[in-house]
Amino acid sequence: MTTTRDTHAPDFLAGDEFSIPTYRVLSQEGRLFEGAEAPELDRDQARRIYHAMIATRVLDERMMAAQRQGRLSFYMQCTGEEASVIGATAALDDADMIMAQYREQGALVYRGFSFDEFMNQLFGNELDYGKGRQMPIHYGSRKLHYMTISSPLATQIPQATGYAYGQKLAGGGQCTIVFFGEGAASEGDFHAALNMAAVHEVPVIFFCRNNGYAISTPSIEQFAADGVAPRAFGYRMHVIRVDGNDILAVYRATQEARRIAVEHNKPVLIEAMTYRLAAHSSSDDPSGYRSRKEEEAWREKDPILRMRRWMDGQGWWDDEEEKALQESLRREVLETMKRAEKRPPPPLDSLVTDVYADVTPALQHQLDALKAHIRRYPDAYPRGARSLDPGLSQGDDAASDKGGA
Amino acid sequence: MPTMNMLQAINNALDIAMAEDEKVLCFGEDVGGFGGVFRATSHLQEKYGRARCFNTPLVEQGIIGFANGLAAQGSVPVAEIQFADYIFPAFDQIVNETAKFRYRSGDLFNVGGLTIRAPYGGGISGGHYHSQSPEAYFAHTPGLKVVVPRNPYEAKGLLLAAIRDPDPVLFFEPKRLYRAATGEVPEEDYQLPIGEAEVTKEGTDVTLVGWGAQMEVIERAVELAEKEGISCEVIDLRSILPWDEDSVAESVLKTGRLVVTHEAPRTGGFAGEIAAAIQDRCFLYLESPIMRVTGLDTPFPLTLEKEYLPDHLKIFEAIRESVNY
Repeated sequence: MTTTRDTHAPDFLAGDEFSIPTYRVLSQEGRLFEGAEAPELDRDQARRIYHAMIATRVLDERMMAAQRQGRLSFYMQCTGEEASVIGATAALDDADMIMAQYREQGALVYRGFSFDEFMNQLFGNELDYGKGRQMPIHYGSRKLHYMTISSPLATQIPQATGYAYGQKLAGGGQCTIVFFGEGAASEGDFHAALNMAAVHEVPVIFFCRNNGYAISTPSIEQFAADGVAPRAFGYRMHVIRVDGNDILAVYRATQEARRIAVEHNKPVLIEAMTYRLAAHSSSDDPSGYRSRKEEEAWREKDPILRMRRWMDGQGWWDDEEEKALQESLRREVLETMKRAEKRPPPPLDSLVTDVYADVTPALQHQLDALKAHIRRYPDAYPRGARSLDPGLSQGDDAASDKGGA
Repeated sequence: MPTMNMLQAINNALDIAMAEDEKVLCFGEDVGGFGGVFRATSHLQEKYGRARCFNTPLVEQGIIGFANGLAAQGSVPVAEIQFADYIFPAFDQIVNETAKFRYRSGDLFNVGGLTIRAPYGGGISGGHYHSQSPEAYFAHTPGLKVVVPRNPYEAKGLLLAAIRDPDPVLFFEPKRLYRAATGEVPEEDYQLPIGEAEVTKEGTDVTLVGWGAQMEVIERAVELAEKEGISCEVIDLRSILPWDEDSVAESVLKTGRLVVTHEAPRTGGFAGEIAAAIQDRCFLYLESPIMRVTGLDTPFPLTLEKEYLPDHLKIFEAIRESVNY
C-alpha cells in the first residue's frame, strides 16, 4: 500500500523531515528536566537497577584486568552503556525474552545471573552451560530467558522477530527485546527483521545501542542519515530515541514500548544514544581512532554517576552503602574467579555431543579414533588425556594457565 | 491406496503435520493464500488460518532468521525457500545459526523443530538460477540434516520425519519430479527413517548410489546395463547428512564396484565424499576405481542443459567402464 495523494510538482523530500528528538528525563546533575516526568520507579526497584549497574561495572573492571594479566583469553565491557542495557531490562517482565548482541551482560546481572555463572562461562570450565564451546562473554541462560550469544552480528534480530511471533501465538503476554549496535544495524538481517515484524505485527522491541563506534568505524561512516531511528518510518513502526545514559528515560521509554508491543502487537524501535567508554574488546585499542578529549567528555556523562546523583536526591543511597557494595562485589569477583579457574574443562565427550540431539554413528566413530590417538600421545593433549583418565595428575596444562592463584 | 504426485504428497504431509500439532507453521514467499508457486502449500491457509500459514516479505535471510527464532521459542516452523538457488542470502542464518544453535548453547536452546523446504535441481529449462543442487554446501555443516526424496511416497514419509525430527532438516525437493512423478501414497500418517539408505534394487556386479531426482535417471541406466547382462545394485541415500556409509560399504564389499551420481558440479560435490569414505572402507575389495557421474564444473547452463546433465547414458557408460576396467 502506498499513499494515494497526488502532487503535480516534482518536489523531492530530502529526509530532513524525519529528524527525531532525543527523549531525556534526568540531567547529568541527577535532577529532572523541566517538564519531564519521572517514571514510576519505587525504591526497591531503583536499588535493584543501581545494584546491577555497579555490579556490571565492577565485573567488567576486574575481568578486563584479569584479561590483561593473562588469566582470560578475551573480554568485552558494557562500560558506559549500563543505563541503556539495564534500564531496558528492568522495564520488562523478567520472563520476557532477551536476545543480546554481546555487550549486554548488565541484563544478566539484573536478572540474577550469579558471578559463579559468569566465571564458569568466561573460563569455559565443566560447569559452563555452553560446555566451553564459545569464547568468553558468550553467555546464555534458559531460566533467565537470555538467549545464548552468537558472534555473527545482527543474526539475532530476525530471530527475535520469529521468537516474538511464537510468543504472540502462545498468548502468554510475553515479548522479546533484541539488542544490537548501530553498526550491526547496517546488516541485511536488521532490515529483514524490522520489516517482517511490522508486516506480521510482532511483539518485539528493537533496541539499538548507538554507542558511536563499530570497533573503530564512527557512526558518521556507518550511515548518512540522522541515526538509526528514522528507518522505523520506512517500516511503519513506532520509534523513539532516548538518551541512553539517562536511566529514567530508558526505563520509561522501554516500559511504554513494551505496552505497545504486548497490548497492540506492534513492534517498536528504540535508539539509545550512548557511548562505549571502554575499548571494543580486550583486543582493541581506541587511542588509534578517537581522542582522549572525546572520551573525557563522555566520562562526565557516565550513566552510573547520573543515577547515583538521582538516588542521593531521593535519599535512597549513600556513600557508606556504595563503599560496602563495591568492596563486597570486588571480593566476590575474585573468589568466584579463583573457583572457576580451578575447575576442570568439560569432558572430551562433550566435543561431539549437542551437534545433533543424539551423537551420530559417524561422529562416535570419529570420537573413538580421537581417543585412541590421545591415548598414544597423552602429553600433547593434556586436557583430553585427563578427561580420559581422571587419575592423571594435573600436569603441564595447569602450569600453563598462568596466575591461577 | 490413492495415487499422488510429489506435490500432492508434500501437501498431504504438511496437512497431516499441521492438523496434528498446532505448533507447526508453514511460511515463505507466496506460500499463503496462493499456496506457493508450485502449490505445495495449497489450501493450508484456508484450513489452518493466516497465523499458521502465511506469506513473508521477499527476504530469504529474514525467513530463515525468523524461523530460527520461532524454533528456539518452541514452535515447529516449516519454512519454504522458493528455489534452492535463492537460499544463499540465508546461508549465514543456516550455517552459522541453525546448525550451531544446540551446540553453542550447550543444549540450553535448540532449533530442532525447524524444517527448510526448497525445490532443487535441473531438467526444467531453468538456467543458472532455477536449476542448482546446493546440497554439498550444507553437507559440509555439522548440525544440519540434509534430506532428498526420490518419489511421492518417499517425499511424504521423509517430510513428516523431518518435521518431527529433533534436529533441523533441509529438505530438498526434486522439482522436475513435482508433477512428473506419481505413485501410490498411503492416506495415513507414516514416517521414513532419516539417515538410512534404501537398497532399491539388489544386484551383484556394480553398486549405483544417488539421491533425489537422480534415482530415476539411475533406473533408466540400469535398464540398459541389465540388457547387457550387468547385474546392478541400486542405493538411494535419502539423506546425505548424515549419510548411511554402512549400507554403501556393505554393498560395495559385495559388488566391488561403485558409481556415484549427482547433478551438482563434480569438484567438491558429495560424490567425492562418498568415494573417499568407501575407498577407505573397501580398498582391498574394489575391482575398479570409484566413478563419479556428475554435472560439469560450470554454472548450470540453459540451452545445453541436456548436454550438461548426468543422464542415463552417461551413467550407463560409467557402469560399463567400471565393469570392464
